Amino acid sequence: MSTTPAAPNTPTTPTTPTAPARDADRPASAEGPGPGPGAGRSRKGVRGSTLSFWIFTGPFLVGLVIFVYIPIGWSAWLSFFEARYTVTPDKFIGLDNYRLMLTNGDFTGSLVTFTVFAAIIVPVTWALSLGLALMVHRLRFMKAFFRSVFFLPTACSFVAASLIWKMSLFSGVRFGMMNTVLGWFGVENIAWLANPNPPWYWLVIVTVRLWLQAGFYMILFLAALQNIPPVLYEAAAIDGARPGWQTFRHITLPQLRATSTAVILLLLVAAYQAFDEFFNLLAKTTWGRPPLVELYYTALGEDQDYGAGSAGAVILTLLICMVTLLQGRFLGFGKGEDSR
Amino acid sequence: MSALSSSNWDRRAVLRAAAGLAALGPLAACGGNTGREGGGSSGKSLVQYFHAYGEAGTQEAIKRYAKAYDEARVTTQWITGTNFESKLFSSLLTDNAPDVFEFHPQLQLIKSGQVAPLDDILAPVKDDFNPADIKSHTVDGKVYGVRMIDDPQFFFYRKSLLQKAGIGVPQTLDELAEAAGKLTTDKVKGLFLGNNMTSTNYALVWAAGADQLNDKNEIAYHTDEVAAALKTYRRMFTSGHLLLDAPADYWDPSALVQGLTAIQWCGMWAMPVMQKSLGDDLGIFPFPSAASGAEPAVYNGGWSMFVNAKGKNVDLAKEYVKWLWIDQKKYQEDWALSYGFHIPPRKSLAASATKLKSGLPAEGVKLFTDYGRFDNISWTQAMITALEEVVANSVRKGMDPEKALDAADVKVNRELKKLFG
Repeated sequence: MSTTPAAPNTPTTPTTPTAPARDADRPASAEGPGPGPGAGRSRKGVRGSTLSFWIFTGPFLVGLVIFVYIPIGWSAWLSFFEARYTVTPDKFIGLDNYRLMLTNGDFTGSLVTFTVFAAIIVPVTWALSLGLALMVHRLRFMKAFFRSVFFLPTACSFVAASLIWKMSLFSGVRFGMMNTVLGWFGVENIAWLANPNPPWYWLVIVTVRLWLQAGFYMILFLAALQNIPPVLYEAAAIDGARPGWQTFRHITLPQLRATSTAVILLLLVAAYQAFDEFFNLLAKTTWGRPPLVELYYTALGEDQDYGAGSAGAVILTLLICMVTLLQGRFLGFGKGEDSR
Repeated sequence: MSALSSSNWDRRAVLRAAAGLAALGPLAACGGNTGREGGGSSGKSLVQYFHAYGEAGTQEAIKRYAKAYDEARVTTQWITGTNFESKLFSSLLTDNAPDVFEFHPQLQLIKSGQVAPLDDILAPVKDDFNPADIKSHTVDGKVYGVRMIDDPQFFFYRKSLLQKAGIGVPQTLDELAEAAGKLTTDKVKGLFLGNNMTSTNYALVWAAGADQLNDKNEIAYHTDEVAAALKTYRRMFTSGHLLLDAPADYWDPSALVQGLTAIQWCGMWAMPVMQKSLGDDLGIFPFPSAASGAEPAVYNGGWSMFVNAKGKNVDLAKEYVKWLWIDQKKYQEDWALSYGFHIPPRKSLAASATKLKSGLPAEGVKLFTDYGRFDNISWTQAMITALEEVVANSVRKGMDPEKALDAADVKVNRELKKLFG
């Protein structure tokens, strides 16, 4: 390999007809000021991908505008009108609907119901799904089987599961499964859903949701567990860390921080959206109504007050925005390296 | 966007666009399914809404009647679940609203201009209808809706169980509470008032000598007697003598037939099934008096046919309602008596209904005649909900009945103000 510089006038590269074609593969910015021979093809490629973008996303964007943004705007507009049994009202009433909803004990009570529900379901689901993930992760055989068993309930609808819970497991009659089991120990039949004192209905609601969603979050934790480098555990063992709680607390849990944060966020969103099990398990009650159920009864149910319902929806939306911002601040979700 | 507006369409871009549109085709087809296509031989079509009846054969019967109508193709939406009201109300605001639908007479439907007056088709046969049914559908002299069936609701009981417990038929609400206690064993509960205890709301108010509204459309349910009756209900609820959280609700005969309860509130529609299972071991009695001097009560529920005033085929819909629920007496009789017992609202049909002439059905008709009370058209959904909340709060939750009634007053008065100013 000679390091001697080439003599002047000596061509260093052979001039071949293919050279311009190689140049065309460079980015357009490297072409210099003029529109080189490759620039047209590059723009055509961009145009093509832009067209593909609109073809594939356009229908969904149209759907988003028609089915999400317009209804949201319409709902905000309705909230300032007397809109009973109509969605095209003409009587402007200003903030009356907002006053009505904010002084409506049922609506404010529904926020309390949500808070209680979230306070129970978020930590319990987090702990249970993490526990299941740790258990399945350590299995030496039949791992796929148990992973599927715990995940399968996710495929069941909330309505179907609620009806099974209501009519079979937690039926108040003597042949309801839970009452049958309690009967073996001499405990009298319990009306799980009819009686708010004591509030056994929470047990029914929480267990049905746990059964339905714990498997999904278990899969998320399982994926995160598989991503923890084994070398960390080896290093810890060399440093004298005892396996079990100590390793879990100081290595596993910190390594799962990003997943945990995401799981908690998803659980909170899911809790805000709670509707099906409350609606199907608790009929004609004044308790156990989360915000969406309360708004359903106000706007779409028997009252058919779209104005008040819309005002409630706006209040709820603002509340969710505030909670999300606060949560982002406290949990540090989405802060790059910090969120890991 | 610039790419879309560009004229440089090449063959592949056109193919991609065509494929995209083709993919949207099935979606468009889904959105266009209004249940109106076809139109039968005449090319005209109607849509009717029915809630899902529990009696076997009812859905087939309604579809059979509709198929026999030559002037239009009538599509039936058989709506299952417990929220027929909300589904109906929501759909009435859309272009896919039904042309005809069954419901109960309620003033807000009329005030909202959602139902058409039917005087023109009813006029020739108005005198043949039960006057109370006509009255419960009349506002400002116009009749809205044609009654299809009257459904009296009362208590059904197992005679043998009452005899075994050494008690007679309860004559007062206190005696009913006492009977529930004596009839309760480790296997059988004494009484079933429905899972949420709201099915007897009207009967409780009437049996306490009150009413929902008075003649001036003012609150009439808030009395000391009603509050006292609610306290008795609360006592029954906490006693452990009531069947609660049953797999099927009050409208289904299962609780009595399966031996879960000795006494059950239900409608006359369930009588044939109960008789088939229990034979002669079945009796009925009205909601017993709940206040001194007050009459027992029977709630005469039922269903009526209404025409959507904002529909696209109002005249055709009225013709269909006239054809089926006024002219076709054989279908009306079949509907009232073949799938459960209902009392035909037409006097001529009721007079010829041999199945209701003897035995327990005849007793049911007598209770209907002696103690039956009909719907008040001014008592609307919001008021229904308010009274249901009184029971939820004062009976199941333990709130003072007076406070629960006060809370209902606020909601009912707000509704009355909107309706009557």
